[in-house]
Amino acid sequence: MSDLFNVNVTVNGTLYEREVEPRILLSDFLRHDLGLTGTHVGCEHGVCGACTVLFDGNPVRSCLMFAVQTNGHEVTTVEGLGDIDDLHPIQQAFWEAHALQCGFCTPGFLTTLVPFLEENPDPSEEEIRNAISGNLCRCTGYQHIVEAVQLAAEKMRA
Amino acid sequence: MTTTVVHERIPEPIGESKPRLDNRKKVTGAATYADDMQFGSGLLYARILHSPHPHALIKSINISRAKALPGVKAVVTGEDFPGFIGLYLQDRHIFCRDRVRYVGDPVAGVAATSEEIAVKAVNLIEVEYEVLEPVVNPEFGASPDAPLVHPQLSEYKVVPFILPQAGTNISNLFKVRKGDVGAAWEKCAAIVERKYRIPHIQHVPIEPHVAIAQVDETGEVTLWGSSQSPFAQRNLIAQALGISQSDMRVVAPYVGGGFGSKAGVSMEALAVAIATKVRGRPVKLRLTREEEFYTAFVRQELISYFKMGCDKNGKILAMENRFYWGGGAYTEYGVNVTRAAGYSSTGPYEVPNVKTDSYCVYTNHPVGGPMRGFGMPEMHTGLEQCIDDLAHEIGIDPVEIRRRNCIREGSILVTGSKMHPTGLPQCIEETAKAIQWGQKASPSAPNKRRGKGTAIMWKAPAMPPNAGSSAWVELAEDGTVTVGLGGQDLGQGTFTVCAQMAAAALGVPYESVRIATPVDTRFSPYEWQTVASRLTWSMGNAVVSAAQDARRQILDLVSEAWGEDPEDLDIRNGVVVSYKSEQEIPLKDMVIYGLPKPNDSGWMGGPIRGRGKFMPTYVTSLDPETGQGERAVVHYTTGSQSVELEVDLDTGQVEILRGASSFDVGKAINPEMVKAQMEGGFVQGLSSALFEEMKMVDGYMQNPSFVDYRIATTTDAPSDLQSVIVEVPQDDGPWGARGIGEHSMVATAAAIANAIFDAVGIRMEGPPFSAEKIYLAMLDAGIVE
Repeated sequence: MSDLFNVNVTVNGTLYEREVEPRILLSDFLRHDLGLTGTHVGCEHGVCGACTVLFDGNPVRSCLMFAVQTNGHEVTTVEGLGDIDDLHPIQQAFWEAHALQCGFCTPGFLTTLVPFLEENPDPSEEEIRNAISGNLCRCTGYQHIVEAVQLAAEKMRA
Repeated sequence: MTTTVVHERIPEPIGESKPRLDNRKKVTGAATYADDMQFGSGLLYARILHSPHPHALIKSINISRAKALPGVKAVVTGEDFPGFIGLYLQDRHIFCRDRVRYVGDPVAGVAATSEEIAVKAVNLIEVEYEVLEPVVNPEFGASPDAPLVHPQLSEYKVVPFILPQAGTNISNLFKVRKGDVGAAWEKCAAIVERKYRIPHIQHVPIEPHVAIAQVDETGEVTLWGSSQSPFAQRNLIAQALGISQSDMRVVAPYVGGGFGSKAGVSMEALAVAIATKVRGRPVKLRLTREEEFYTAFVRQELISYFKMGCDKNGKILAMENRFYWGGGAYTEYGVNVTRAAGYSSTGPYEVPNVKTDSYCVYTNHPVGGPMRGFGMPEMHTGLEQCIDDLAHEIGIDPVEIRRRNCIREGSILVTGSKMHPTGLPQCIEETAKAIQWGQKASPSAPNKRRGKGTAIMWKAPAMPPNAGSSAWVELAEDGTVTVGLGGQDLGQGTFTVCAQMAAAALGVPYESVRIATPVDTRFSPYEWQTVASRLTWSMGNAVVSAAQDARRQILDLVSEAWGEDPEDLDIRNGVVVSYKSEQEIPLKDMVIYGLPKPNDSGWMGGPIRGRGKFMPTYVTSLDPETGQGERAVVHYTTGSQSVELEVDLDTGQVEILRGASSFDVGKAINPEMVKAQMEGGFVQGLSSALFEEMKMVDGYMQNPSFVDYRIATTTDAPSDLQSVIVEVPQDDGPWGARGIGEHSMVATAAAIANAIFDAVGIRMEGPPFSAEKIYLAMLDAGIVE
């Protein structure tokens, strides 16, 4: 077995101190070590976007990062976006606008969209489509997702 | 003057776009999918040794080095499991015994304390093969010259409506002989003959297959998995292991997309088989994305030949079709895809003279499973291009030829039965209107050409004639309602729709209805499978029947207590009301504890539980020589799709500018979710038309990753995507509803092909209509230099 490394990482506002093998992926660390199974793994080669989490506020593919790389940083997963009684506007919009079906890709879309909407309070449809063009959804055809983003932007501007 | 007919009233919330029941869990990350389930430190990890050859005999397997590796708890091979498995045709063992038939065929399995050890152990298994010539083309495979993939075909157990041809690679042959095709050609003013080739594609659910199996000390088996078919898995795996169905339990949590790939049994049997050798310990098998591409199900490939002719008015007089379905190494569902394509082989047209031969052929390719559309997208992609060509040949507008020939109520269908009421003619008008058919817009740039195309479709649920559904409805102390059902929500929204139907039939608010999840064969009522777009109709009927049963029990009880006629009572918004005495009582005050008898003489009633079932009783068999019969299927959902696109002359790239879909769903229980199905199907169809192909070379898939196998993203989908619902009620559907899940991708590829032809005048043998292929075709045709 390889040596273990210390990881001090803040996930969804909670500081975790763990020892991990250097080869452990961030996605596996979140799902298995921390039990945050809302982050889904769809391809393990960085294409589908289902495992997207926020790393110091920026969307990253957690299947393409090692857990040790998060030492001293902040990670936000879908579980950290909002509580059931206090959902983030983008979560609320996905709910209201029929923007999900099987829901497996949904956490990756949500985490991609949170910083996008912060930086683009009034995005055009083209900007929205480009922002999520790296997230694969096989169910929806994307139309209702795009509409949900527009709805969320409205909610956030209000 | 209007008269209100009470029984025709559509109750709330039927026809309302209620939010999904599962939103709460799915937007917060709380939804539990199979891989999220926790099994503690006793969990073992399984890996599979797959065949590296498309076709070979197994000469020897040495597992001793793998077994000796520390951490390895079991190594199994085909020796351990002699039983056969298969839905319609039992043609496979769980692990290969003497022969491998595709690259990916399971040869051995390992369970170990970690995934890493399991991988190492798999690499220590030594197998000696004698390589055989593979069959990689279904048309050649059907010929007498082809090597046999299954020399024992005639010995396999098979259901009565599937007809394997002994001594060949043909696992099913479905024939239609209707009218006199030979005599009809002479009467035709135009005839077209075409060949099309549709490649294998894969379902690509974003969640790969996962199964966890555990066998306890008494031999009872539990399987947790990402599954469309918990009950079919219970039945088939129990049969293969030689145990009782009651000792086999399947638990199915949320599914991250299926599209057919998680129907029936594929990798689940491997996990169960391995678990039988490590009793007491759960064993998890999770496919990698690469394994997902070729070791689970794929869509059949198809080589199709069409010949069709019409008179000078464009009336279609005859069709002669030959289909060679590449069913792959084992034809779990392919045999029935072949049958469905046969009994639907005219497409949605009334054709008096028909000859069809639909062959399912074994090849040394991955296993053909059901995929959204169940053969219909593959068949319609060729057929609907042919219809366009026929229109051009006779000088009629492509939409007009469809108007003149499409099936209507009372049309005589390909199998001889009569068409039920259908809104297909209206769907054709809706999509034509949506893309302004007949008006040619100018291209957006000088190097682009613009085109429009339309295609229409039909599809029936392809299933055994007696596939059944059942349901129960219970009420809790607070009056909330729980619906038990055995179908699965793959994302299509069946739980939401069934909750709406239960609410409507019982008379309670939608918000007070829950679904008993996860589906668990030990506690959930029986459901054949979540396939064939049959749940809204079949399971919906069972749920409505269960809710009506509960309602009857409630009203009978209250009528007795109040001394009133049940006809004067109603349940509205969770409250029993009397229109006569104007008394009322909330459900919560009586559904568990009953009601007191008058004069303190005791109690009556008790916990309310409604039960319901549904099974079609009217489907008949078809003549094996002619394909004719009284009623081949339960019903057909029909629809139309149109697109407008541009082709870039410099690159060959296609951009879809507009898309329109219109389907006759009988009754949209939840219109927004029906539209979501139409949109999702359109984009999946677009993806199959423009990008998707499992590139097979000599039996090896060349592109098993998301880098090399591309699916449509947001920027590929048109921003103008319209969905129009048509509602011509189904006589035996709940409030007239019939299915829509699969239909929405059936005509898409054909509509795109027709629009490409309209834009640049080229036809290709088959999808994907990639930029490269289009550019080369334009070069060949002299359109570009």
